[in-house]
Amino acid sequence: MRPIEYASPRTKEQAVRLLASTWGETEVLAGGTDLLSLLKDDVVTPRRLINIKEIDELRGIAFDPRKGLRLGALVTIEELLDDPRVRQHYPALAEAAEGIRSPQIRNMGTVAGDLCQRPRCWYFRAGFGLLARDAQGRSLVLHGDNRYHAILGNDGPAYFVSPSSLAPPLVAYQARVRLFGPGGAREMPVQAFFRIPQSEDEREHDLRPNEIVTEILVPPPQGEASATCEVRQREALDWPLATASVALKMDGDRVTAARVVMGHVAPTPWLSSEAAQALVGKTITDDVAQAAGEAAVRRAKSLGRNGYKIQLARVAVKRAILRAVQGGAR
Amino acid sequence: MRDHRPSDGRAASLSRREFLKISGLSLSLPVVTDFRVIRVAGAEVKIFGPGKVPVTLNINGKTYTAHLEPRVTLLEALRDAFHLTGAKRVCDRGTCGACTVLMDGRPVYACSVLAIDAQRRSITTVEGLMNEGRLHPIQRAFIDNDAQQCGFCTPGFVVACKAFLDKNPHPTPEDIRKGLGGNFCRCGTYMGIRAAVLQAAGMQKGGASHD
Repeated sequence: MRPIEYASPRTKEQAVRLLASTWGETEVLAGGTDLLSLLKDDVVTPRRLINIKEIDELRGIAFDPRKGLRLGALVTIEELLDDPRVRQHYPALAEAAEGIRSPQIRNMGTVAGDLCQRPRCWYFRAGFGLLARDAQGRSLVLHGDNRYHAILGNDGPAYFVSPSSLAPPLVAYQARVRLFGPGGAREMPVQAFFRIPQSEDEREHDLRPNEIVTEILVPPPQGEASATCEVRQREALDWPLATASVALKMDGDRVTAARVVMGHVAPTPWLSSEAAQALVGKTITDDVAQAAGEAAVRRAKSLGRNGYKIQLARVAVKRAILRAVQGGAR
Repeated sequence: MRDHRPSDGRAASLSRREFLKISGLSLSLPVVTDFRVIRVAGAEVKIFGPGKVPVTLNINGKTYTAHLEPRVTLLEALRDAFHLTGAKRVCDRGTCGACTVLMDGRPVYACSVLAIDAQRRSITTVEGLMNEGRLHPIQRAFIDNDAQQCGFCTPGFVVACKAFLDKNPHPTPEDIRKGLGGNFCRCGTYMGIRAAVLQAAGMQKGGASHD
């Protein structure tokens, strides 16, 4: 790791003033579970770290049946997992947190950090940039080992997959993320926080270099049936190969509205309107869930070595739907 | 070297590590810059580094101080500055668990926390689990169940198991499988480790195991 300056501001106003207005100069330190690895590997080389953990207003979980759930940016994954209100009202979120299998990561890692962590793409982690191009401008992903890369939203120029565990359920619940910068606060749907970078100058979030995430706001529970299902290689700490989170509004047995979101399959969390259409108006059966899984991956395409992920994503969607309405089916 | 000693003045014998440390000292005299203060948003904020700054840590109930750069991790501080070598450096990327320590009672990867960021926290390493020369029950259970092979992951596992049992005093075998997901043993001694956790939890050895 390169030598670095370190500051611990007490307020968000101080924090954003300490952050540089261009990328590369400074980085925000919260849980540090991803940032320290990036620093050690020289993937990011800032001259200053801004530790935001001394900013009290970024803490805390608040729940009100009429206002919904407010997660301070610094809420740890473990705090989220231990909160009975989250498990009761937002099971898809609790199940996604459960998928982060390392207590050590859950104790330090924060909910905002989960959204802001950088892609696991091995070309990015080896210093070839988000778009992973060689000196001639060729994509290393398309010409190299792409077994963990995107199967959706993979028309380029980016082929990494969004690494966030919590974004798929948050998008399913129509959560919003609140940011703070020198110009004040702004807010957007979690889905809009993620974007596919078009050049190496851009990042994968709609976040300016001198902004921080301050909180995540989840709408009040509306009696949806919801669940998350993950498919991955190892039982212990590992990144998923495909995940699906679903939130279904029901009228009796019939689905009246559906949100189906896949994770780890595209450069952003992937909201599938095709899968939602396959569910609306239907009563959930194995066949209906299967058809929604098929619809979710209809536009998916292999980059050469990642075709197996199409099947995994299909299964994740099917299982998440069945789990949401039946409970327990995994 | 004075500030590398625990504050209770505990005298340590000269180990191989310390001899190497002392012999290398003349080549690496610390440059201490402390901090500077800048004014932002109506308040003064201290900027530490990039040179060495005083860092004070509470480890196993004792106070330790050293001059460290802000980039130094808690794991590096424990091992290289304070000679507490129980926490092991393996992946150094927060994926293997060999460096697990407790911070305010919760397990964390010492490789993924900056030492400067661990100040004012209560840190427990595997060295802090023994009580007046007696092994902690989880350490005893590891020996009884042959829960190690090469032993390199063991200190991290022991600390992770202690934290797991503190939070889950009556675990099922399934809880244990899930709850120890942050540590890896490349020798594959998981069966022994799970049996050790069951024993330490006061359950009949192997009685409730589905393995």
